[in-house]
Amino acid sequence: MIEAIGLTKRYGRTVAVDDLSFTVQPGRVTGFLGPNGAGKSTTMRMILGLDRPTAGRVLIDGKPYDQLHRPLQTVGALLDAKWVHPNRSARAHLRWLAKSNGLPGKRVDAVLDAVGLTQVAGKKAGGFSLGMSQRLGIAAALLGDPKVLLFDEPVNGLDPEGILWIRTFMQNLAAEGRTVLVSSHLLSEMALTASELVVIGRGKLISQSSTAEFVDRSTGNSVLVRSPQLFKLGPLLVDKGFTVRDGADGALSVSGATSDQIGDIAAANGVVLHELSPQRGSLEEAFMQLTGDAVEYHAEIGK
Amino acid sequence: MIEAVRLRKHYGRTKAVDDLSFIVKPGRVTGFLGPNGAGKSTTMRMILGLDTPTSGDVTIDGKHYTELKQPLRKVGALLDAKWVHPNRSARSHLKWMAVSNKIPVSRVDEVLEIVGLTEVANKKAGGFSLGMSQRLGIAGALLGDPEVLLFDEPVNGLDPEGILWIRQFMHRLADEGRTVFVSSHLLSEMAQTAQDLIVIGKGQLIAQTTTEQFISDATQDHVRVRSPHAVKLREILVADATVTEDAVDGALVVHGLPAARIGEIAADNQIVLHELSPQRGSLEDAFMQLTKESVEYHAH
Amino acid sequence: MTLLAVERIKLFSTRSPYWCTALALVLGVGLTAIIAGTTENGQMSVGLTQFGSSQLALAVVLVMSALAVTTEYRFNTIRATFLAVPSRTSALVAKTAVVAFIAAVLGEIIAFGSWGLAKVMSPASDLAINTGAEWRHIAGVGLLYGIGAVLAIAVGILVRQTAGAVAILLVWNMLLEGLIGIIPKVGVKIQAWLPFQNANNFLALGGGNPAEQPGAGIDFKLSQWGSLAYFAGIAIALLVVALVVAKRRDA
Repeated sequence: MIEAIGLTKRYGRTVAVDDLSFTVQPGRVTGFLGPNGAGKSTTMRMILGLDRPTAGRVLIDGKPYDQLHRPLQTVGALLDAKWVHPNRSARAHLRWLAKSNGLPGKRVDAVLDAVGLTQVAGKKAGGFSLGMSQRLGIAAALLGDPKVLLFDEPVNGLDPEGILWIRTFMQNLAAEGRTVLVSSHLLSEMALTASELVVIGRGKLISQSSTAEFVDRSTGNSVLVRSPQLFKLGPLLVDKGFTVRDGADGALSVSGATSDQIGDIAAANGVVLHELSPQRGSLEEAFMQLTGDAVEYHAEIGK
Repeated sequence: MIEAVRLRKHYGRTKAVDDLSFIVKPGRVTGFLGPNGAGKSTTMRMILGLDTPTSGDVTIDGKHYTELKQPLRKVGALLDAKWVHPNRSARSHLKWMAVSNKIPVSRVDEVLEIVGLTEVANKKAGGFSLGMSQRLGIAGALLGDPEVLLFDEPVNGLDPEGILWIRQFMHRLADEGRTVFVSSHLLSEMAQTAQDLIVIGKGQLIAQTTTEQFISDATQDHVRVRSPHAVKLREILVADATVTEDAVDGALVVHGLPAARIGEIAADNQIVLHELSPQRGSLEDAFMQLTKESVEYHAH
Repeated sequence: MTLLAVERIKLFSTRSPYWCTALALVLGVGLTAIIAGTTENGQMSVGLTQFGSSQLALAVVLVMSALAVTTEYRFNTIRATFLAVPSRTSALVAKTAVVAFIAAVLGEIIAFGSWGLAKVMSPASDLAINTGAEWRHIAGVGLLYGIGAVLAIAVGILVRQTAGAVAILLVWNMLLEGLIGIIPKVGVKIQAWLPFQNANNFLALGGGNPAEQPGAGIDFKLSQWGSLAYFAGIAIALLVVALVVAKRRDA
């Protein structure tokens, strides 16, 4: 579990993180979202004891990072895949990390194998593509078989197979009861990966909830209904006080009702249904709505 | 229009691109997909005359890139946002590009405005974040108001607002009748962006088709059904279809019958439906299905 | 011990330490070879054998030691280090210990290598190591390198950039301390308290021709071993400052 309490970081007069409190629970993948400059990286660095909070604290399983005895066995982190000496081989990089936390050398080979880098383990990390560096970073995070994992933009530079792999992998880690916190800008990817979200803007907490709740709260749900008897069903729904609009291809878009309610009404009145699909807004729409005024560089849309 | 005809690029015995032919049409956003090492970057570089094909030909509106007199007015490209001198300001970078292609300097401020970099235009590009560099690269691509645009991983480093912006922007460019060719690894993003797809693997063409077609060819549609009478409905449906259960919420997953037909069967048997939603495969499912054999590094 | 092993793996899994070691050997022993080659047979002295080791090769060792920490900042591996070992002081002290030890061993190799080479090239010269001063003059080079490494690492931690750290160390060692002697009257007095001048004083053979000794003409207030302790004191003080700064600073 990760717990931030009143976390604050100021650089001179700039407030990067402002009285931020949240908890990241084990057993699920938690997405960490926010526009550029929202303070995500600073927060992650404070979690890992790299930056010192101006006020407040952040605990991992009840302890600050720098009080963890062999921290790599508790926390694995991938913040920037390029934090490797370019002239050092992938294996040597993992070897010193393993040594520093009392991990056996065979763990190095195990994680190299897990990320698919065994063949290039002896090559210099400086010659790696971004995708390979990313895999090396993931290998380093896994080295101590930690209970808590932090990933910053993990799919960066990965190809489609790598993206699918890391998504499944993170979900498996969470299913094993680990705490997984992932920061990313790729909302369509996060919608598939994270079941829980911590959203910040301008250093402050905007929302902490499940992904489904987050989307529902800000986009409003509707149900798409198709039927050969819409002329009959439509007025029935209007009578119940639901909002009915014409959707695409002669379908009806109904809001204010659940698909269960509509299905019951249709059955009670002998209406044949050809489709009854609950429509959910996208994570992107919800995100844009909630963070609208917390964005740093606005491009002019549609120019 | 971009046209590749039997394009080949060999490095010694490695065939990076092998007999590749395709056409990128104007008025559409065309996605360029493939696993790592499939030859996407090499192809893009050959389109732009940076690499010379071993054999075959690639032309832009019938001409080789190197034959274009003022190439930036015809083709705008974002290949790597870091191709900027770190000590040069964003504005100076765009200025030299503009001058080199006789583009009026006033256009520099226009494109800076479009990508939202006006405020930092005089700062050194070396201090830019990846997202800002990316915007600068896009500004460079737009400079000559070109008919053909090439983007390699355009959302790299952009934040959610930037990602939404570039997607809408590419759609708009295509609507204006331009040719937009985008390479990316982010399939969930590409599914929303690209109308057409060119998919390659091991340097060879795997598919050239619309995104919709690509997905429906490689994946099976199915229907999600929830009902208070699920057991009864299932018994009836198994006669004509394959029915499984969703692991998360226990909904029926029906393969082999269209939603309309399931609705009629339910009505005939007085079965109440709480959900009847046709599901489509994802671009990712389709892509994985078709490129299985051409992946470089397999993780376990 | 674990942390020492960690730093050893880090140091020897990149190439630059090997290059620096080779360069220090070539410069240190090579200069002795040139001197021995150009000096008439029989005229070589113990003092002449250590010209290269105590001056040129020392500079290389300072650079190598600073690099050991500045490259960590340059490639951001310092963050990986602090993630693996959140106790920054222990991590940096371990690095200092490993580098200083290697520098010291290298110093002994260069010093005795130079002496041995001179003996072979100039067999008629009296190069026997008889007095305590002569022992100190040769064997002391290793001590000097070890302490120099500590000082260089401290500068590296404080400055974080390779170019800056290297410039500071080289200007300080090879230029600044010598130039201060030019200041009329007080210059020489100040020199008596400068670290690298004291390092030279420690190696000084005494007697013979004072002009051929580095640091000649300075009226040192400390004994030769006192000078060494002073040099070490400054290096350690600087390291302590660097460790405190590193601990407080955001990585």
